[in-house]
Amino acid sequence: MHIVVCVKQVPDTEAPIRIRPDGTGIEESGLSFVMNYYDEHATEAGLRLREQFGGTVTLVSVGPERAREALRTGLAMGADEAILVTDPQLDRADPVGVARVLAAVIRTLPYDVVLCGKISTDDNAGIVGPALAEYLGVPQATAVARLEVDAAGSRALVHREVEGGVEVLSVPLPAVLTVERSLNEPRYPSLPGIMKAKRTPIRTLTLAEVGLAAPAPRAVLARLESPPARRAGRIVQGDADDAVREIVRFLREQARVL
Amino acid sequence: MGADVWVLVEHSQGSPKRISLELLTCGRDLARATGGRLVAVVPGAGVQPVARAVASRGADVVYAADHPLLEPYTTDGYTTVLADAVREEEPAVLLVGSTAQGRDLAPRLAARLEAGIVTDCTSVAVQDGALVATRPMYTRKAIATVRVDGGGLRIAVVLPAMYPVAPPAERAAEVRPWPVRLEAAAIRTQVQEIRALSRDTVPLVEADVVVSGGRGLRGPENFALLDELARALGGAVGSSRPPVDSGWVPHDYEIGQTGKTVSPQVYIACGISGAPQHLAGMSGSKYIIAINKDPNAPIFQVADLGVVGDLFEIVPKLSQAVRAAKASP
Ligand SMILES: Cc1cc2nc3c(=O)[nH]c(=O)nc-3n(C[C@H](O)[C@H](O)[C@H](O)COP(=O)(O)OP(=O)(O)OC[C@H]3O[C@@H](n4cnc5c(N)ncnc54)[C@H](O)[C@@H]3O)c2cc1C
Ligand SMILES: Nc1ncnc2c1ncn2[C@@H]1O[C@H](COP(=O)(O)O)[C@@H](O)[C@H]1O
Repeated sequence: MHIVVCVKQVPDTEAPIRIRPDGTGIEESGLSFVMNYYDEHATEAGLRLREQFGGTVTLVSVGPERAREALRTGLAMGADEAILVTDPQLDRADPVGVARVLAAVIRTLPYDVVLCGKISTDDNAGIVGPALAEYLGVPQATAVARLEVDAAGSRALVHREVEGGVEVLSVPLPAVLTVERSLNEPRYPSLPGIMKAKRTPIRTLTLAEVGLAAPAPRAVLARLESPPARRAGRIVQGDADDAVREIVRFLREQARVL
Repeated sequence: MGADVWVLVEHSQGSPKRISLELLTCGRDLARATGGRLVAVVPGAGVQPVARAVASRGADVVYAADHPLLEPYTTDGYTTVLADAVREEEPAVLLVGSTAQGRDLAPRLAARLEAGIVTDCTSVAVQDGALVATRPMYTRKAIATVRVDGGGLRIAVVLPAMYPVAPPAERAAEVRPWPVRLEAAAIRTQVQEIRALSRDTVPLVEADVVVSGGRGLRGPENFALLDELARALGGAVGSSRPPVDSGWVPHDYEIGQTGKTVSPQVYIACGISGAPQHLAGMSGSKYIIAINKDPNAPIFQVADLGVVGDLFEIVPKLSQAVRAAKASP
């Protein structure tokens, strides 16, 4: 079975971000970047399918040179190959544009399953997976919390987390699946894995090499600002009965839910 | 290109979901700005009751896209029908709720129609012909304003609880059947079953009051205390990540970066320290009340009312007091 995992490099969510004074984006200097959290789960899912069926796990990323590090993380977890599409013209690409680039690359590879994260933690878009499925012309399942592939490797049975329940969906392969964090527990890279990842060459491609023109993004960032600051309010300490009275008064007079 | 604003109506058991009614409120203003009609589109099987229900909620016209293959929701079925409808009528804007269904459908539809799309919107407007939306980014550490320019369809996927539900209007809009052309072969996936997780409270993202518990709850049995308080307040129960990881509560309780985003009128955090990944899912709440025994817990920095104390003492008394307050207003 040939598995492709789409991997994005994102700022570490633990760290604070600094918004550029002109509101055009964030300051990247001093920021640490990691593999998108959900893509660790996607990589893990890919590795488990390979353990079950044999085959290959290929990572594909669209991003600047630094995105290599995210690919190295995936290689160290156990992926076989990695491809980075990097091109200054891609700096402005919106998620739909990224999906188009990924599709152009993945179309040239053998694939039975394409795995993406449910969302990227920087953009929060949740767009790339379904858009990629459309460009590849294959079915999709989003927010997959459980995944089983039949013995023939022809269909996936997935659980999707939907409001108030779980949808059990049968999806013919090849397909694009976007994964939830509850799908699995990503493994840590092993020491031999890390050594091997250092030696594995990462194939890099430019936009022209994947056969695409510069993207014309439809959605553009006009301004980035800090969220309205929340200020600490009143603090109540002491007796539980007093505290309860304060909360009830707050619920009635300020929040107006009583 | 037209100027109409479409709202995709999501429904369950014959009633429109609250998010769809919120979108109609949002769509009303957009239609005023574009000078077009506000159109509610209701796909499904046997959707007449839903169509009639939304007809009095501010739409100018309701399209009932009734077809047996549109129940249950499938990506392929909905994408096919909506793409056809959009190509025929060329609306300017399509509003979709940020739900499991909406997030599955909207990006696929955008790619098929080469439409502009913006997801996770906290507000949507039309300015100088462009769709302008605000949305959280970087785990809510920043708010972005995004413009979607150019012609053709623009799709906005809007978070729940961003717009109020308008009261029913006196005049009901006309309900028109939308001719659905859909063949079984177009739907490649197969929904085998939908397993409902039984919850006797309102859905988390729709709740006006969210009572949320963290590691401070110490065990699954203690979530009953939060259930009781949520029931008294007519709200829903959520959690931080540790209770989910420890298996005390189901996955769909989780609020935060890797869980749900909620924006209730009041969020009551019990035994939650206030890690940035948790704040990412709830700092858009109108009011925050925190109950924590550690006076230095970071949650107090965002709480409108911070109560330093033992939740096991306070929560049961609070439930009782709320019930008493409701009984004698
Ligand atoms: C990539 C990533 C994603 C994450 N995503 C999420 C997410 O989506 N949501 C999320 O919540 N977390 C998430 N986390 C985890 C997050 O970093 C914190 O670990 C988590 O939010 C802590 O949960 P907590 O506040 O319940 O537990 P703790 O931090 O352990 O806090 C427990 C609190 O309970 C208080 N307490 C204890 N006993 C009592 C009592 N009797 N009465 C009153 N107070 C009491 C304590 O004082 C303490 O403040 C994520 C982490 C990572 C790395
Ligand atoms: N630049 C990228 N390169 C590779 N994969 C990506 C990229 N951006 C997004 N993805 C994939 O799409 C998923 C969802 O991203 P998004 O649509 O940006 O929220 C991610 O978890 C990745 O699997």
